Amino acid sequence: MSPLLTDILILLAKVFLIVNGLLMAAAYLVYFERKISAWAHNRIGPNRVGPLGLFQSFADVFKLYLKEDIIPTLADKKLHFIAPIISIGVAMAVYAVIPFGDSFMVGGKEVFMSVAPGVNIGLLFVFAMSSVGVYGITLAGWSSNNKYSLLGGLRSAAQMISYELSMGLSIIGVLMIAGSLDLTQIVHAQAGGKWNIFLQPLAFIIFLVASFAETNRTPFDLPEAEPELVGGYHTEYSGMKFGLFFLAEYANMVTASAMMVLLFLGGWEMPGLYEALALPAGSPLVALVQFGVFAAKLVPILFFFIWVRWSLPRFRYDQLMNLGWKVMLPLALANIVITGIVMTLLKHYGIM
Amino acid sequence: MNVNHNTEKDRLNFWEKLYLPEIARGLGLTLRQMFKKPMTRQYPEERWEPTGSYRGRPVLVLEEDGERCVACSLCSRVCPALAIEVQAAETTKEKERYPVKFEINMLRCIYCGFCEEVCPEEAIVMSKDYELIFTNQEDAILGKDKLLIPIAQLQDRLEFLRRFK
Repeated sequence: MSPLLTDILILLAKVFLIVNGLLMAAAYLVYFERKISAWAHNRIGPNRVGPLGLFQSFADVFKLYLKEDIIPTLADKKLHFIAPIISIGVAMAVYAVIPFGDSFMVGGKEVFMSVAPGVNIGLLFVFAMSSVGVYGITLAGWSSNNKYSLLGGLRSAAQMISYELSMGLSIIGVLMIAGSLDLTQIVHAQAGGKWNIFLQPLAFIIFLVASFAETNRTPFDLPEAEPELVGGYHTEYSGMKFGLFFLAEYANMVTASAMMVLLFLGGWEMPGLYEALALPAGSPLVALVQFGVFAAKLVPILFFFIWVRWSLPRFRYDQLMNLGWKVMLPLALANIVITGIVMTLLKHYGIM
Repeated sequence: MNVNHNTEKDRLNFWEKLYLPEIARGLGLTLRQMFKKPMTRQYPEERWEPTGSYRGRPVLVLEEDGERCVACSLCSRVCPALAIEVQAAETTKEKERYPVKFEINMLRCIYCGFCEEVCPEEAIVMSKDYELIFTNQEDAILGKDKLLIPIAQLQDRLEFLRRFK
């Protein structure tokens, strides 16, 4: 086989794995969301489809496929069709740059644990893509020709733009420490237990709150606010188009959690673990363990997302804007200044 | 002027305004709930057995030698929802009267238990039956065939009535 063909095959295999893995993760997140909500309410939750109700999500998706796809008569049909595709497409495109571990060697060939390895603008790409995600929701709200959808779309635009700002500013401290936008290098900079959550606790809290707003989850789920806006931007969507929005929401949740793991929780770094295992460097086993560590850090954050949803009420719109602009933004800016001063002082006295 | 101030500034102290400690408290509350036993029941498999005080579908008591009802129509008269229809006839038995027709319209019944309270013979009582499903309106009008229940199945309610009525 020619080297080019091998590369293309490896790439396709990776894309296949990531897309399917992400969809499965989203499907099972829906299941766990329902289970955890049930536990929080002292209920039992889905337990009819398959053992412990594990196939519930597949039954739901199957139902969504069979449902009639209704397009409102006065809707902008093209935009109505494109909006869910933008949402899910963007949610998946982010995974092109997210690394799940270091590269490993197979038959003298280096295989990277991400679709596009070594992209030196990795972090920037993630942020660019997640801001394109606003288009999906806003266009859905606009094209439905329904006042509730429109309000939901506008709210999401306002909310996501406000919180993207503090989200972007909160990670600048992390970038200053790592000195790179490449996600793999940011992870490597946290080796040996120097996780950014300890170095940048304020940035982590800002990033956490902003991720809740970015993924439109409670307490910031104003765009879909059921009691006031029916269903917000997806009021006029049915069948699998609604399903795509639903999957995109959960895929975004996984993305936000993955970003938190990579930027603040040291990614696949775990002090002492790899030394204790003493596996040969570059073997696929190491990559597998690294992926395991990554997933083990990812799951508690995903649980936290769901846990918060079933504990907190929704913010009022003015509270949302106050928090975004008057609290989070100044705090994020202060964090940059403080990080800069501390780093300069440390360099000056030769500690770093 | 008498103005009551109740703004967020007056209500909340510094820590409450920070949100985060209060959010942590709220999260702790839901986390504790997650480890409690579910309060719900797997309905078709697990059924709830009511006690004698439960007022379910009203039924007629059937003794070994026939029904208790003497067709006095008091239940029909007292029924606030006009759900009961009784037609009396005479027999040669000791009680002399019996209902030829006894119908309760379950779409009208409000389970108030007045019929049971007014009955001089303790012939109509509230059962424990709460699973009332009808596919059309005619089915919801229960005749004597569905109303007569052997006395052995109604012991809980009869015991309850003896003690508390």
